[in-house]
Amino acid sequence: MTNGSEPGPNTPSTPGTPGTPNTPNGPNTPATREPAPPGTRATEGAAASAGISAAGAAGPPGEASAGGAAASAVDGAYAPRRAATASGLPGASVRGSSVVGAAGPKERPARVPNVRKAAGGSGPGDRSVRRRAGARTPWLYLAPALLILAALLVYPIYQLGLISFLEYTQAQVSGGEPTTFQGLGNYRTLLADSQFWQVLVATVVFAAACVLATLTAGCALAVLLTRIRALPRLALMLAALGAWATPAITGSTVWVFLFDPDYGPVNRLLGLGDFSWTYGRYSAFALVLLEVVWCSFPFVMVTVYAGIKAIPSEVLEAASLDGASQYRIWRSVTAPMLRPILVVVTIQSIIWDFKVFTQIYVMTNGGGIAGQNLVLNVYAYQKAFASSQYSLGSAIGIVMLLILLAVTLVYLRLLRRQGEAL
Amino acid sequence: MKLIARIAAPAAVFVLAGLTATACAPQTSDNSAKKDDKSGTLRVWLFQEVNNKPKEQVVDAAVATFRKAHKGAEVEVEYIPVETRAQRIKAAFNDPKSAPDLIEYGNTDTAGYVKDGGLADVGEEFTAWDEAKDIDPTAKQSVTVDGKIYGAPLFVGVRALYYRTDVLKELGIAAPKTQDELIATAKKIHKAKPELYGLAVGGAYTYGAMPFIWAHGGELAQESGGSYKAAINSPAAQKGITAYTSLFGDDNCPAAKCASMGGNATVTAFASGKAAMAIGGDFSHQAVEAGAVKGKYAVVPLPGREAGSIAPAFAGGNNIGVLKSSSHRTPAVDLMKQFAGKETQRELFDAMGFLPTYTDVRAQVAKKEPFVEPFVRTLGAGAKFVPASPGWGQIDASLVLPTMFQEIVSGKKDVAAASGDAAKKMDTAFAAAG
Repeated sequence: MTNGSEPGPNTPSTPGTPGTPNTPNGPNTPATREPAPPGTRATEGAAASAGISAAGAAGPPGEASAGGAAASAVDGAYAPRRAATASGLPGASVRGSSVVGAAGPKERPARVPNVRKAAGGSGPGDRSVRRRAGARTPWLYLAPALLILAALLVYPIYQLGLISFLEYTQAQVSGGEPTTFQGLGNYRTLLADSQFWQVLVATVVFAAACVLATLTAGCALAVLLTRIRALPRLALMLAALGAWATPAITGSTVWVFLFDPDYGPVNRLLGLGDFSWTYGRYSAFALVLLEVVWCSFPFVMVTVYAGIKAIPSEVLEAASLDGASQYRIWRSVTAPMLRPILVVVTIQSIIWDFKVFTQIYVMTNGGGIAGQNLVLNVYAYQKAFASSQYSLGSAIGIVMLLILLAVTLVYLRLLRRQGEAL
Repeated sequence: MKLIARIAAPAAVFVLAGLTATACAPQTSDNSAKKDDKSGTLRVWLFQEVNNKPKEQVVDAAVATFRKAHKGAEVEVEYIPVETRAQRIKAAFNDPKSAPDLIEYGNTDTAGYVKDGGLADVGEEFTAWDEAKDIDPTAKQSVTVDGKIYGAPLFVGVRALYYRTDVLKELGIAAPKTQDELIATAKKIHKAKPELYGLAVGGAYTYGAMPFIWAHGGELAQESGGSYKAAINSPAAQKGITAYTSLFGDDNCPAAKCASMGGNATVTAFASGKAAMAIGGDFSHQAVEAGAVKGKYAVVPLPGREAGSIAPAFAGGNNIGVLKSSSHRTPAVDLMKQFAGKETQRELFDAMGFLPTYTDVRAQVAKKEPFVEPFVRTLGAGAKFVPASPGWGQIDASLVLPTMFQEIVSGKKDVAAASGDAAKKMDTAFAAAG
């Protein structure tokens, strides 16, 4: 059972299939999509642990929280196997939870560390043996994916990093002047540029506002979807999918038209006369924010809705049979099971909204009046392509990459810590 | 903690794989010509105009004449879209093997392309060319960088004042004679007819704003010893900036709408009947004729500060040049002279309305077509050109001047502060360009 069922549980334990269907932020998509696979892997582990905690909850009532804590603290490398025991498969779940509930003694020795871990114990010695034995196999399986990632992801990033250390403008590309090594020169220029800092702050604040608004709207509507009848649900789904499927440029152009001071219906409806939304800094950012939320909430909504739907009803039923209140079910069963999905959705949103380009570029005409609505990506575009300073543009790209990596890592670590405290 | 460890391991593998696979620097291409074939196929890139057919006919005729004199040479002309020209031409510099021999390019790009190492110095042939002596000095300046000549001017474009004859007549106002009058007239019209902009201006309309700066004796930059220094914050230039930005506001062109407008938007506003006056080019003629104001407008040179004077206009236009990487230099230069020669320019004017770069040819066509008369007069009064520094391309692309105007009209900074900041940015760009 341990080995034979390994591939199986992956399927049900990733209900959202997070990396796949993203479109909202047009030009960003290729870059956004690349990092998804590692993220997905991490969540599989988390999903599996959530599954176990639920299974634990189904057992002795008082142990619900202890089981959850143990499971999420466990090393992710074991995730698939544990998922096999806990199992997302409806039929198997009974068997799975009984295994966990019954715990060690009856099992053969080889299984012990596995189950002990899930139950909250730790067996460092056993684990290292296990790791050495199967150390090469996962890498073999991963090799094709790693090779593709190396070619598609590492090479461009390597070139980006390299160019950011050179003096590389159009003159160097076409051979008019020799390429010279600048060390940290480009970074120094960038960090000394007061506009960069101003744009950076604007980007961070704007992205944070977008993420918050998108998540709020998406989650609220996902919950709404579970509460309404089929027809309105279908209508809401279709509307959301329509927004999702609209190309970013089209969406932005339509929004600009809707809010046009002379011809736009919105101003007429609100009685704003010829108020120009794109003239003021904050009203322009607000307008873009609305558009960003409009085109990216469907992803959050659909994913979270799928997550809610994927929670096995047995688990909820078992919890309520054990006398848990609605709030308790949400806190100890639903929320932990949704957490991996919320993590993915949040990280995706952070990445998209931090790298927003099309909406700003189209709606504020390349960065607004006197550049007041510039965000980092548009700023980098203007440096790199409009004025052909490829090296400076690369430096901005690297800085953005580092910021995003840092934000994502900090966020993941925070979640880990919270998981331990649960 | 586990998380970091788990991410670190594959990351290390990625980086190692990346380093071993790709230990090479970003590419640099070699644009120097290897040979000079007298025969073979010459490839030419010209801009695709909105109505390109007449241009094609003129070009075909010029090519036919050229081929009579060069038996062994074939000519292949391709029309490239204006919007994507920058990418196309950069790509040509990056990949000399697929690059053309001859290109048409905007005259503000000259210095940048020269620095990129893309254009060939044709000074020798240019000096020996008998027709070149009639080329007007500003047009010649637009192909000159550091005293060397990189191409031949193909046509010039210049801006003047379009105004609505019916509106001015109705209000009993004469066409403005001075800059002060122009500003007063604009406000008077907007007051009487609030639905119209008096004079349509744009915060991003750099070439419409320059005449105001130049009319006050200001300059964009001063050259000394081959390098440029920004002069946009000089007292004279600041007076010009003040004059131009005084046109933004609820008494003429509300900043909320006009701050973001560029040249095309102002001409569109005029053509659609939303503005009583606009600063438009000879090349805007077709657009205005196609608009709602057809038959209800006239054109005069943009007035200067003294009555009867003309504000110096920006001499835009296109040049044609030989690429440094061309392996057919001699025939390519001959073909360039054919395209930029008096004969072709005269035909190009008849077909497309492009103003010739030769003073004598221009005088002849002005007699034939009265519409161009104010533009020819504007050129005759002395047009000006942007600094012939590769830094200008960057200043233009990074929107230094539009930002300055927009900062002023939106009230973020006063004229002195905004022009001081713009001057700093320009100096950085000039210094970086060397």
